[in-house]
Amino acid sequence: MKYIDEFRSRALTSRLISRIRSVADEGREYRYMEVCGTHTMAIFKYGLRELLPRNIRLISGPGCPVCVTPLEYLDRAIAIAGLPKVIITTFGDMLRVPGSSSTLENERAGGKHIKVVYSTDDALDIANRNTDKEVVFLGVGFETTVPTVAASIMSAAKQGIHNYSVLCAHKTMPEALGVIMAHRDARIDGFLLPGHVSAITGMKPYGFLAKRYGAGCVAAGFEPVDMLQAILMLMEQKRPIVEVQYKRIVDPLGNRLARKAIEKVFEKSSSEWRGIGKLKNSGLRIRKEFSRFDASLKFRVKTVRPREDKSCICGAVLKGIKTPVDCKLFGKKCTPADPVGSCMVSSEGTCAAYYKYGRR
Amino acid sequence: MCLAIPMKVVKIDGDQGMVAAGGLTRKANFILMKDIKPGDYVLLHAGFAIAKVKPEEARQTIKLIREL
Repeated sequence: MKYIDEFRSRALTSRLISRIRSVADEGREYRYMEVCGTHTMAIFKYGLRELLPRNIRLISGPGCPVCVTPLEYLDRAIAIAGLPKVIITTFGDMLRVPGSSSTLENERAGGKHIKVVYSTDDALDIANRNTDKEVVFLGVGFETTVPTVAASIMSAAKQGIHNYSVLCAHKTMPEALGVIMAHRDARIDGFLLPGHVSAITGMKPYGFLAKRYGAGCVAAGFEPVDMLQAILMLMEQKRPIVEVQYKRIVDPLGNRLARKAIEKVFEKSSSEWRGIGKLKNSGLRIRKEFSRFDASLKFRVKTVRPREDKSCICGAVLKGIKTPVDCKLFGKKCTPADPVGSCMVSSEGTCAAYYKYGRR
Repeated sequence: MCLAIPMKVVKIDGDQGMVAAGGLTRKANFILMKDIKPGDYVLLHAGFAIAKVKPEEARQTIKLIREL
């Protein structure tokens, strides 16, 4: 596949590894955080930790939107699914996330109308084909996904669709990274920034990480060549700066049209990050002008106070302070087949990655 | 999920079109992009094109690494 295969080339990855090894200062540790679930998985899939010298540590951050979605959101989605004539539409990775007492998958097995969709366009199609039903889309995801949800609301408004709404749990990346750097236990030298989020946001929102916290940043693609080149770039930075490795995709100014769509439909709000807490300006909510598409206003449901397992350390794992192997439940009470926390259930969760590829 | 893949624009008519990669063809929504024409490669995410692939940058990246 074009623009994929070339970036998996063994010849190129070998060159990069050699260069990384020759540049690495044996007397220090290089601690880089990757903040995208897709990066977490790719690092494991290509065995990058085994290829890199031991003093380069790749730490997983909170870049898995499913993992940081609060329990209360799941409970609310499940409660709405139980209302008459409601069809829940969702991306696949939400299906098995544990709420307080159930999952969307269990509810579906129990007869609730829950459909996995690939695109918000599919959700709108379903709304158009089922005008006697209320279609609710579970809006989970970072800036790569948000514009597609914004577009669906704009399209629904334009078409005069009345039976479509979004239950919004969208979050934005930069503020969370600031919180991680501000934490007293933070020991991060630099960030591998998410390449596709960056394609939307551009690089400006990350400037403060370099300026205020001295963390170098490189927007990286997802193939092995991309990630290795990004790591090399981080190592070779003479002072902390923000730059782009993924030049074939990321425009430093981002995607203006996509951002306009986001700004038209959503506004910044504080947001609850599971395991981390409430962060100011780190989330999005639907603007008043589009409140008829806001499922949290359209459907009043009661949810019980969420209960988290006290031994679950997803929070610390998401902040990069602990790793899955530090967790009492990991591999014992918490496995992909029977997950306790969301880091294990999401296909891109840190714990799921560690489990699948063998712990270290 | 950042699982988006580069796909070739096969057909485009206003905001709708078709893209193809690896033997697979699917419809794409181009509402988040402008100045796209058949033959361009775009990054497709959840059914929407969100970025255009820059072939010259791809070439430069490969060249740079080859010269390390």
